[in-house]
Amino acid sequence: MIQSETLLRVEDVKVYFPYRNRGFLNRREATYVKAVDGISFDIKRGETLGIVGESGCGKSTLARAVIQMVPVHAGKVLWMGQDLVDLKSSEMRDKRKDLQMIFQDPLASLDPRMTLGQIIGEPLKTHFPKMPKAEIKEKVAKVMERVGLLPNMVSRYPHEFSGGQCQRIGIARALVLEPKLIICDEPVSALDVSIQAQVINLLMDLQKEMDLSLMFIAHDLSVVQHISTRVMVLYLGSVVEVADSDELYDNPLHPYTKALIAAVPHVDKKAPSDQASLMIDGDLPSPLSPPSGCAFRTRCPKAQDICAQQRPVLSEHSSGHESACHFVAR
Amino acid sequence: MALSPLNQRRWRNFRSNGRAFWSLIIFCVLFGLSLFAEFIANDRPILVKFQGDFYTPIFKFYPETTFGGDFKTEAIYQDIEVECLIISAGLEDCWDDPEAIIEDASDGNIDGLDIDRGWVIWPPIPFSYDTPNDINGTAPSPPDATHWLGTDDTTRDVLARVIYGFRLSIVFAILVTGISSVIGIIAGAIQGYFGGWIDLIFQRIIEIWSSTPSLYVIIILFAILGRSFWLLVGVSILFGWIALVGLVRAEFLRARNFEYVRAAEALGVSNFRIMIRHMLPNAMVATLTMLPFIVTGAISSLAALDFLGYGLPSNLPSLGELTQQAKQNLQAPWLGITAFMTFAVMLSLLIFIFEGVRDAFDPRKIFK
Repeated sequence: MIQSETLLRVEDVKVYFPYRNRGFLNRREATYVKAVDGISFDIKRGETLGIVGESGCGKSTLARAVIQMVPVHAGKVLWMGQDLVDLKSSEMRDKRKDLQMIFQDPLASLDPRMTLGQIIGEPLKTHFPKMPKAEIKEKVAKVMERVGLLPNMVSRYPHEFSGGQCQRIGIARALVLEPKLIICDEPVSALDVSIQAQVINLLMDLQKEMDLSLMFIAHDLSVVQHISTRVMVLYLGSVVEVADSDELYDNPLHPYTKALIAAVPHVDKKAPSDQASLMIDGDLPSPLSPPSGCAFRTRCPKAQDICAQQRPVLSEHSSGHESACHFVAR
Repeated sequence: MALSPLNQRRWRNFRSNGRAFWSLIIFCVLFGLSLFAEFIANDRPILVKFQGDFYTPIFKFYPETTFGGDFKTEAIYQDIEVECLIISAGLEDCWDDPEAIIEDASDGNIDGLDIDRGWVIWPPIPFSYDTPNDINGTAPSPPDATHWLGTDDTTRDVLARVIYGFRLSIVFAILVTGISSVIGIIAGAIQGYFGGWIDLIFQRIIEIWSSTPSLYVIIILFAILGRSFWLLVGVSILFGWIALVGLVRAEFLRARNFEYVRAAEALGVSNFRIMIRHMLPNAMVATLTMLPFIVTGAISSLAALDFLGYGLPSNLPSLGELTQQAKQNLQAPWLGITAFMTFAVMLSLLIFIFEGVRDAFDPRKIFK
């Protein structure tokens, strides 16, 4: 296989939100919520990176950091070799042509006062202000057909559509500029299961057709497995395991990944009895005061003393399979 | 221009609110008529035929000499002599016995001689807002056949003043509301959208500005620059724009975190376009809720200033001044009743209309 070009390289990105500002009269040290705490990854052309983790682990924040919608505290976001973090907003606006996003709530991400045609045409109007109206119309019609929206819907409003259709509108809006990378921030979480499959398959077809790269965020492991080439598991703002999709599911190393996979409900077979022991209790610890050492140790069935003292680093177990746990045999 | 489905729905909602709809119609008729106040109440005729030619004194200045008089000043059309000159086509005898000549001319000839008989078309109320009238007895005189609502304490016709005063109040309110809303919306939008330091500094400036006693500023400015309508409009805007800022700012702060605003941002839409296209329509509903208070506030503050004697120049028709006269002349209740009724009708109509508009824009309100 030919080594394809790396589109996006994220290096040790940190996103901290100030929790208590060091104010004018307030001399206390500022405290931060470490939403994303040192994450690195690559996305190559035509590849899909799946990102999994439970609510509050920093998935969406990571997506927003890539697209420069939250201030990045430290680290680099290299887009085709160029760091996006220091770009001026006007230069960044230009990059957004190639870097589009699909949002979690399909209806809320569409302006209720704009018609479908206006919504899908807006990116074109924004990035090509001189494009004639007829050309915009034509491109909108083409992309609408591609995502399975009927031409007569063009003058309707978002609230007249179902969730699945709204997400198709969102996809069409992201596609109309023919971007290189689309960041999908839980695009199917708000949809019915049957609709989820349609949308996922649409995304996969489009990816093949247009040589797209996807950064696919979800909390549903089965969805991620279906669409991703590689999968990254997040816990409390940092990566616990990365592997190729099939490898991760067949051979999970980190206890958290194991627990996540065990938590996927199966219809056809009874859950093996040993999986019950893999289930984890409790909630994500507060990111304001994360546990010392390994962040997962408070809920980990294998936790030992070393976990509280030393933070495990992400290390390669086998080719392309990295995990951050003290007890993963090398 | 075709209405979008949303606006069509709003219009339907508005129409189904009978009180608001009829208020709008009545208000439009009243305001439309008052725009042509010069044709309704004026001390100059609409049309004059004199020696076969037509004259339009409403629009043009004609000296008395045009009609065979002696003075180069404007003809005073109410004078019986001038009337006689016009009707008799400029007979010199008008100076001696105008009544007799007018009577004589009614059959088309005078002393058996054919004349080119002229005529005058008067507006229904032949007095303007600043016409001093000859009245029997002392001013203010009670309503009678000539002065339907009586006269005020300087013998000016009250009905004429109410018609002109109504127009002036509404024009003042529209100007002040329109301009100060635009300024307020822009200021609030910038504050709410950008937030942070801009918001903080702006907010402090507004706090200082809103604690400035506007009445004193108006009195001082009037003392320096002299009273005028436009100065009053300017000062009212200067202190009126703040009213909307807080509201629009709050709406923008809220809308800032809407998913579709973030989506637009992620698409690379410019700040300006996001504000105009995506956020402003949201803020408009809240703004519309506030607008009636600004309109009625402008009208009542104009009236209050006039009542105190710090408002419009005294020759302009003002409802506030009428109220003041009513207070000083309690023996003449027609002044007070007229002023009260005018304000009551005007403000009620406006409130009903805006109430309807607000309800029509409320997406949660369900109409049958």
